[in-house]
Amino acid sequence: MTASPGGALLVFAVLTPVAGILLSFALGGRAAERITLALAPIGLALAGFIAFLVARSGAPLVYVIGGLPPPLGIALRADGASATMMVAAALIVPAAAFYARAKFATPDGVAESRGALTFWIMLQAIWAALNLIFLGADLFNLYVALELLTFAAVPLVCIDGRPETLAAALRYLLFALFGSISYLLGVALLYGGYGTLDIVLLGERIAATPLVWTAAALMTAGLLAKTALFPLHIWLPPAHANAPAAASAVLSGLVVKGSFFLTLRLWFYVLPALPMAAPAAILGTLGGCAALFGSILALRQPRLKLLVAYSTVAQIGYLFLVFPLASAPAGGALGWSGGFVQVLAHAFAKAAMFLSAGVLAEALGHDRIAHFSGAARALPLTFLTLGLGGLSLMGLPPSGGFEAKWLMLRACAASGQWIWAVPILGGGLLAGGYVYRILAPALADGVVEVKARPQLSRELVALGLVGVALALAFAPEGFFEFIQIGRPLAGGGAS
Amino acid sequence: MSVLPALDVGLALLVVGVAAWTIAARNLFASVVGYVAYGLLLALVWVRLYAPDVALTEAAVGGGVTGVLLVTAGKRLDALASAEVGVPPGRALKILAGALAALVAGALAWVVLTLPSPAPSLAPAAAEAAAGPGAGLGNPITAVLISYRSFDTMLEKVVLILAVLGVWSVGADAAWGAAPAPLRKVRPDGAMILLAQFLAPVGLLIGVHIFWVGADAPGGAFQGGALLAAMGMVAMMARLAEPPRIDSRKLRLALVAGPAVFLIVGVAGLALADNLFAYPQNFAKPLILFIEAFMVLSIAVALPMLVCGPPNGSPK
Repeated sequence: MTASPGGALLVFAVLTPVAGILLSFALGGRAAERITLALAPIGLALAGFIAFLVARSGAPLVYVIGGLPPPLGIALRADGASATMMVAAALIVPAAAFYARAKFATPDGVAESRGALTFWIMLQAIWAALNLIFLGADLFNLYVALELLTFAAVPLVCIDGRPETLAAALRYLLFALFGSISYLLGVALLYGGYGTLDIVLLGERIAATPLVWTAAALMTAGLLAKTALFPLHIWLPPAHANAPAAASAVLSGLVVKGSFFLTLRLWFYVLPALPMAAPAAILGTLGGCAALFGSILALRQPRLKLLVAYSTVAQIGYLFLVFPLASAPAGGALGWSGGFVQVLAHAFAKAAMFLSAGVLAEALGHDRIAHFSGAARALPLTFLTLGLGGLSLMGLPPSGGFEAKWLMLRACAASGQWIWAVPILGGGLLAGGYVYRILAPALADGVVEVKARPQLSRELVALGLVGVALALAFAPEGFFEFIQIGRPLAGGGAS
Repeated sequence: MSVLPALDVGLALLVVGVAAWTIAARNLFASVVGYVAYGLLLALVWVRLYAPDVALTEAAVGGGVTGVLLVTAGKRLDALASAEVGVPPGRALKILAGALAALVAGALAWVVLTLPSPAPSLAPAAAEAAAGPGAGLGNPITAVLISYRSFDTMLEKVVLILAVLGVWSVGADAAWGAAPAPLRKVRPDGAMILLAQFLAPVGLLIGVHIFWVGADAPGGAFQGGALLAAMGMVAMMARLAEPPRIDSRKLRLALVAGPAVFLIVGVAGLALADNLFAYPQNFAKPLILFIEAFMVLSIAVALPMLVCGPPNGSPK
């Protein structure tokens, strides 16, 4: 394995936010906020340039750290899927940072405050961890990335310091630690069996033995707990609903996608030699159940943030349909594209909706849906964002959500797996129900008392994010070719 | 049966027995004691498996630091009059958890027996590469940690910083900047103070030694740092030292020193050795020791700060 020209950029994509964390922690106080905001353009430029290099060469970008190649050393690898996710993270994290400036400014009169320092450092840590998850090509290196992600995400949940936020964070921590240890056990087994942790080398060597099946089961179970796939979803709604809006946007939009991305890496890159039909059917069934069950629970929530959080449970479900669809002998490429468009559409739409829910809760002083009558007249931009985000969640055109479902349905048709159309269409119908529950009272006659005028800039950040979710509907053909770059075609992943 | 295999069987049975007792103990303190004993026995198991580096780490972290952490947490729970015990898990949940644990343990036991023998391993390659011209180290584990997998090792220290900040972040807003509560409320008696006065300097010396010889013999930054951390905690438990204020610049710099120096040397590798995290041919060993010295400092400071908990008291 040799490094590609420009491969060092992959390491810098991880090191830049890491340097930010160390500097912020050492300098303390207001520096943490300034450093995070200064990182935004650098991170976006790095992600964009890496995507450009991958697109130009049409092959994955590789860097061998220290010039010491695997199996002893570690490599980083950017394929089309990694570069796409890095660009998404480089848009959503800065948007959340920009939105959070007002809430997490260090107050006058103190040198440093608990909430501000924690928020800004953990936000940079999430960015570093996600970039490493998207680029990692070594299973233990990816474990370190998962730990970085967990230890950054959990404190964000209880940053408000209320007792119920602490309880939600503790529950999240327990699930996440179960996930870590389970993943690590599987990694140790694979090393014991094959003497390497490099994804490419493992993919070439692995055969379907009891050891590999046990490792696969342990690692998958751990990653599902971190992704909150039904029935391991119970930690997600309280955690995402109790975090501050800017943190919820990143947690729901990006953090759960990190462990989902690793589940994809595991099954399509590390384990292509395993017969995929049975595990793909199990993952697809859990995903289908999540899509229906999460939507039904979202329909019953009295508060907007909880509703949006339960909608995340449902939308995560669709992601797992990629396993049966992309591993099918026919239509695999359609299923793969559909899965990635769903990841992106949900990331942007959900981040926008959580930011809007934050604007709304601050303006009205509550987020009880029953008391929204007439709110759309008072906060038209925010409800426009919520409505457009809902459009993508339902899967109506023109939106990324529609594009994702359309691709997935075509993959169902091409591979003859009609059963997965049930959750795709049924979940969309139920999403229509819960989006209607938000919008109908808001558009009705009534007068709400606006306690504080929302800042226009924050409403525009949310609208901009939802704009990206809609723009995905017009993604050119080249984009779908791009996310297929480096996708393995052997074994389970035939096109 | 000769003596050593008989000892091994006895050790294995003892580990399982202590583990079962730790779970079965009704009293929190008793189960913590069981857990510490379990960690020390595991360290012996690692010695018998010819893995002295793992044994050192297990003894320092599994037996030492985690033990103090759990004892301190238990004491603080006792002190909280309002610490109500929630609804205990029902019988069905217990059976489910037990069945799941048994399933995982059974599957692990089975597949470990199916492992090829001898198992494929990178250890010979690592030993050869470590002693080679690039590194010149006698201890392949140090070579793997600081050279081959340097990227992992650096990022793990960043995780440690996040953990410290995460612990601090559950404190009260008003207490931000203040020092954590002392490890013991009451002044200890003379015996504890005497023990700390004797033990801490000796332990300090051993810790530095373990780090220093780690390039060629069992030991290294983590083991040495963990031992120094334990000595710091002994001094704090004897109230010979108090936890520092969390806004202290010195404390913050000590915490970031390890990963920061590692990162700077790693990036400098691009100019000096053509690769990020590569060391120039003739300077590998001194550079590795230089990085490790700062890692020892960061680990020795981070572990006691994790045990001390969030800031407590007034910020001024």
